[in-house]
Amino acid sequence: MSMVNITIDGKAVQVEEGTTVLEAARAAGINIPTLCYLKGVNEIGACRMCLVEVKGARALQAACVYPVADGNEIITSSPAIREARKTNLELLLSNHKKECLTCERNRNCELQTLSEQMNVTEIEYEGDMCDLPIDDSSVSIVRDPQKCIACRRCVGACSNVQNIHVIDAINRGFVTEIGPAFGKGLGEVACINCGQCVISCPVGALTEKSSINEVWDAVADPDKVVLVQTAPAVRAAIGEEFGMPIGQAATRQMVGALLRMGFDKVFDTDTSADLTIMEEGTELLQRMQNSGTLPLITSCSPGWIKYCEHYYPDLLPNLSTCKSPHEMFGAVLKTYYAEQAGIDPAKIVNVSIMPCTAKKFECQRPELSENGMQDVDYVLTTRELARMIRECGINFTECDGDFERPFGDASGAGVIFGATGGVMEAALRTVADILTGEDLKEIEYTDVRGVQGVKEAAVEINGQTIKVAVAHGMGNAKKVLDKIRSGEGDWQFVEIMACPGGCVNGGGQPIQPASVKNWLDLRAERAKAIYSEDRNSKIRKSHENESVMKGIYEGYLGEPGSEKAHHLLHTTYTPRDRF
Amino acid sequence: MSKLRKVDVTEEQKKKILEIVDSYKDTEGSLIQILHDVQDYFGYLPIEVQEIISDAKKVPLAEIYGIVTFYTQFSTQPKGKYAVSVCLGTACYVKGSGKILEKFEENLGIKAGEVTDDGMFSIDACRCVGACGLAPVAIVNGEVYGKLVQNDVKSICDKYRES
Repeated sequence: MSMVNITIDGKAVQVEEGTTVLEAARAAGINIPTLCYLKGVNEIGACRMCLVEVKGARALQAACVYPVADGNEIITSSPAIREARKTNLELLLSNHKKECLTCERNRNCELQTLSEQMNVTEIEYEGDMCDLPIDDSSVSIVRDPQKCIACRRCVGACSNVQNIHVIDAINRGFVTEIGPAFGKGLGEVACINCGQCVISCPVGALTEKSSINEVWDAVADPDKVVLVQTAPAVRAAIGEEFGMPIGQAATRQMVGALLRMGFDKVFDTDTSADLTIMEEGTELLQRMQNSGTLPLITSCSPGWIKYCEHYYPDLLPNLSTCKSPHEMFGAVLKTYYAEQAGIDPAKIVNVSIMPCTAKKFECQRPELSENGMQDVDYVLTTRELARMIRECGINFTECDGDFERPFGDASGAGVIFGATGGVMEAALRTVADILTGEDLKEIEYTDVRGVQGVKEAAVEINGQTIKVAVAHGMGNAKKVLDKIRSGEGDWQFVEIMACPGGCVNGGGQPIQPASVKNWLDLRAERAKAIYSEDRNSKIRKSHENESVMKGIYEGYLGEPGSEKAHHLLHTTYTPRDRF
Repeated sequence: MSKLRKVDVTEEQKKKILEIVDSYKDTEGSLIQILHDVQDYFGYLPIEVQEIISDAKKVPLAEIYGIVTFYTQFSTQPKGKYAVSVCLGTACYVKGSGKILEKFEENLGIKAGEVTDDGMFSIDACRCVGACGLAPVAIVNGEVYGKLVQNDVKSICDKYRES
C-alpha cells in the first residue's frame, strides 16, 4: 500500500492510501462524530453526522466512507459543517420518541451524546411520529420502532456479521422502518436471539426482554430459595458498567454484590462448565471410538443451537447432546444439590446471569424442564444485573465475595469458556490427559485462541491426531458448516459460538458506544480478563475439579456419560423452519 | 401482529416461478429483474411467492421484502379487476393529481397500494407515464383519462362499477 500526504484542519498527516477520512483524522488526533458507522458492521455513510469538507469536492463528504487521496485538504469543523451535521441530527430527533428519562439507554445513548456534543438546545422540526407498536413477540429481544433512527447498524450485525438477515429496511423515505419481512415480529421469524443487533443499536430501539421484576419478586419471597449462577464472561465485562477499565475481571465484586442483593447462594457456572467438559469429552471419545457422527460440534451457545435448527437441520446429529453449562447446573441444583442441602426443589428458583440474550429463549425450551420445573427459571443479562445493582445503591467496586464452596469449585478450564476457542481448549486439556493417561503440563492450546474468524488446529495426542476447528460469529460458522456439509472439513471436533469473539462479546454484555468499539477490539480486551483468571487458577483442568469428580459424579451421577448423567445433563434438538 | 392473507401457490405456478429464477442463474445482480418477471407472471408478490424466490435464490426474505417495499412498481397485494393508476409525476402533480388520488381513495375506500375487499378495484400511484400534455392523468386497465378534475373521479369509478 502506498502512503499519501494529506492535511486535516491544517495538520499534515501521512496515511495509507485508501484510509478513510475518519481513520486518518483519528491518527491525527482529531475526532469526528459518527452515528451509523460501526466498524466492520455497518459502513454505509448514511447518517451524515461525520460530514467534512474535502477541498475541491462537490459537496460535504461522509468521513466514515470517504477514502483519502494524495494531496487532500480536509476540514472537519466550520460553520457550514457544524450546521449541516446539526440539521441532520435535528431531523433524526424530530420523530424520535424522546423518552430519555425512562429509556433503558439513558446516559448510554449515542443519539443523546451527539445531541449534547452538538449543542442541540431545541429541535426546530416536528416530524410525524411513527405509530408502529413495540414488538415483544420474542422472548429474548424487544424492538421499539418509535425509538429506531433507521441507522441500520442492527441490519449490518444481523446480515453482514451473523449472516442471518431476518431484519432489513422496509419501505422508503420518512416511513422507513427496520424489522422482519411482512410486518412479522422477531419471535415469528428465524431469529436466533443472539442479540448482536442489541449491542449494535446506538439508541434504545433494541433491548433485551427484562426479567428483573420476576427476579426481584423471587428474591423477596421468603418461601423461595433463590440460587444464582454467573457465566464466565459476565465477570469479564460487568466492571465496565461501574467505571472499571475494559478487560478487568470483577469476579469478587460481582459475587459480593449478588450476596448483598439478597440471593441465597451464588454459584459459578464454571463449575458446570467442568461438568460439560466431562460429558462432552466423553461423548467425543465415544464417537471417535465407535464411528459415531463426526465432527462433534459444541452445544453451549444457544444462539448457535437455534441457528442449527433453522438453517442446518441436517447437521443436528453432529451437535453434542450436552445441555449448555448453566442448564446442566440448573438441573444439578434442583436434584443433587437440593438433596444434599435438604431443600425442596419446588422452592428453588434458579437465576442465571448470562452475557447472552439467547439464553432467555433457551431456558424456556420445554426439553429443558423436568416434572414441569424449568432447569433454569430466569436468565438475566449482564446489563440487567448491573441495573439491579444500581437500583440497590450498592457501591459495586467495593463489594467483595466468594462463590459457594466447595460445591461451586471451578477450574481455569471452565473460565475460558467465555472466550472463543475456550471450550475447545478446555476439552483438549481433559481429552489429552485421558488419552495419554498422564498429567500433561503443556495445557495452553494457543492455536485456538484469538479473534481470527475461523481457527483450525491438528493436535497430536498419544500418536493420534485430532483435527479441530473453532468458529465464532455465525458468518464465520457458516463457512465451517458448509465444509462439514460438503465433506471437505474432516475435523473431529468443532466449537461454534454464535457471537463474534464468543460470550465475552455476547448480546447481553455491557454496551460500549461506537466511539469505543470502532477503535478497540472489545473481544480481545475482555478475553484477557478470562485468560488471566485461568492462569491464576490453582486447578486448570476440568477433570481435576474435585467438587465435580468426587462430589457430583461419585456422589450422584456415577461416571461421565452414565445413564443418570444422560438423563440430567443431555438434551434433544428440533428442526425448525427457515420462514 | 401480521395480518397476512393466505395465498395458495399451485405446483404449476411454483414451477414457473422457479423457471424464472433459474433463467437468471448466470446473471449477477438479477434479483430485481426476477421480481419484475415473477410479478408480471403472478400479478403481485405475496409472502408465499417471496419465500419461493428466497429459497431458490438463497437471498434472505427480509432483503427481498426490503426491495419490494422500496420500489413502488412492486406490490405485495393483488391488483383489482380494475387497476387504477394515478400519475404523480412532476407535471401531473403540479396540476393537482395528488387531489385526484385522494378522490379515488375516498371513492373506493382504499389507500394507494391496496385492493378493495371484493377485488374489483385497486389503486396505485405511479410516476410519469409520458402524457404530460394531458396532466393530470389516471389510467384504468390501460385506458387513459386526461385533464382530470376532481369531479371526474366519481363518474369514472361508477362506469367500471356498472360495467
